[in-house]
Amino acid sequence: MIDHIELLRLIENDAKLSNEDIAVRLGVSEDEVVKEIKYLQDEKIILGYTTNINWEKQLPEHCIGMIEVRITPTKGKGYDQVANIISQYDKVSACYLMSGGFDLMVIYEDKSLRDIANFVNQKIATQEGVLSTTTHFILKKYKANGIMFDMPDADDRQAVIL
Amino acid sequence: MSDYSNKISDVVNNVPPSAIRRFFDLANEMKGNVISLSIGEPDFVTPWSIREAGINSLREGYTHYSPNSGYIEARQAISNYISRRYGVTYSPKNEILITVGGSEGLDLVARALINPGDEVIIVEPCFVAYKATVMFAHGVPVVVSTKEENDYKLLPEELEAAITDKTKYLILGYPSNPTGAIMTHDELAKIRDVLVRHPEIIVISDELYCELNYLSDKPASLIQFPELRDRVIMINGFSKSYAMTGWRIGYSVGPAPIIAAMTKIHQYCIMSSPSMAQFAIIDAAENGDSCIEEMRNEYNHRRRVLLKGLADAGLKCFTPYGAFYAFPSIEGLGLRSDEFCERFLLEKKVAIVPGNAFGECGEGHVRISYAASIDDIKEAVVRMKDFVDSLKKG
Repeated sequence: MIDHIELLRLIENDAKLSNEDIAVRLGVSEDEVVKEIKYLQDEKIILGYTTNINWEKQLPEHCIGMIEVRITPTKGKGYDQVANIISQYDKVSACYLMSGGFDLMVIYEDKSLRDIANFVNQKIATQEGVLSTTTHFILKKYKANGIMFDMPDADDRQAVIL
Repeated sequence: MSDYSNKISDVVNNVPPSAIRRFFDLANEMKGNVISLSIGEPDFVTPWSIREAGINSLREGYTHYSPNSGYIEARQAISNYISRRYGVTYSPKNEILITVGGSEGLDLVARALINPGDEVIIVEPCFVAYKATVMFAHGVPVVVSTKEENDYKLLPEELEAAITDKTKYLILGYPSNPTGAIMTHDELAKIRDVLVRHPEIIVISDELYCELNYLSDKPASLIQFPELRDRVIMINGFSKSYAMTGWRIGYSVGPAPIIAAMTKIHQYCIMSSPSMAQFAIIDAAENGDSCIEEMRNEYNHRRRVLLKGLADAGLKCFTPYGAFYAFPSIEGLGLRSDEFCERFLLEKKVAIVPGNAFGECGEGHVRISYAASIDDIKEAVVRMKDFVDSLKKG
């Protein structure tokens, strides 16, 4: 019997593991792994498999904005309608309803500050129900998706010790 | 004065140098090109919260000696940890001593208990320091050789047969370095039954690997038997469970008079354990249970990958459920274990340790540590298969 949490933690850290690898690590059969992963996908617990990429290294022009949005809830739909409209944009990588001084946190990725400013001006500020926005730009990434950037991974242990 | 042979004490001269010293040097020289599955320490870095607690103690200026037996706050944290994990209570006031790693505890116990000529029962294959610390203290090691067919567990009749009227103490190390063997509560109960018939014998339980047990999420220990309460000393530490080897911090718990005797030696030769490390272990003992859990899970995955790889390589290996070692047999391949390891290192660039380093009964086996990345383990077992195949052909 596979512990779903153990399985999910494993592939959360390494989506490229083969079913055979997973089966050996968890001490179960490959068939069981296939069956349980299918179940987790059908239940929409597993939503997809992505890659962690340090885009700053690959693309000199890459910019991330974190946009705070204050909105008036729509009658009957609360915040969902505005959130849904904003989330549909491909370059919006995340959208969260927040507690505190604003309502939505929108993460938006594009080539430049100007592109992000245009998006805020043209697509968010003009949205019905949006009261105000505050945009923050990411200057440097230290850690994202659980991964530290620029960390040495040398093993300094002695080759043999008692 | 160039001849030192009569300057070094007999007792030190009589302790043989580590049988694998030459092998150590060879492996260290080759470091960089070699996959090392020879290492007896976690590859994880100490969890950040623990490291930060150590750093903060420096910021706040705690750079002085601590009390001889350790800061009371650290002893209290250890006491809480033992009560939470083992379900038994030890007083932080006089039943816990903080030492420089678990190893210092082994030395203190030997010097506190042994009169010249006293016998100490040592269960091999085992950690190499057991025999040496006994000999340094003028004791006589009496070896019990455990067997692969018994999963390297100590059987009650084997213990009974080794006891004489000179037996001072028994030293047990489960989960085991080097075999990865464990003993369950029920198996330990049978050892307790023997000890109950011999009330004069003290028991040292080395439990450095207590948290690395893949069959149970709580440690099983002789300290859990009330009948033995007045004569069990547990040697433990933070090195393996919390990946803190370099901090050199451990502890001993046991009856107050024995802890007092050990503290007497400790105060003269060590003074007190490093203060910074004591602050770090307060955090470890109080907040570290989830770190232990995560590391144990990861080791368990690696254990399964290694065992599968060894089976694919055609090596017979009893299933280890503790520590981070496997101890496969290399019998029938025509090499002694030290030859096997040396050739494997030179020809395939993988370092493992010959089984006879841990006692004569370890001959015919090798110790493979899985405190290494899964990629390294997988590559190493592929090379092992090549090597074993070449020996079978040759």
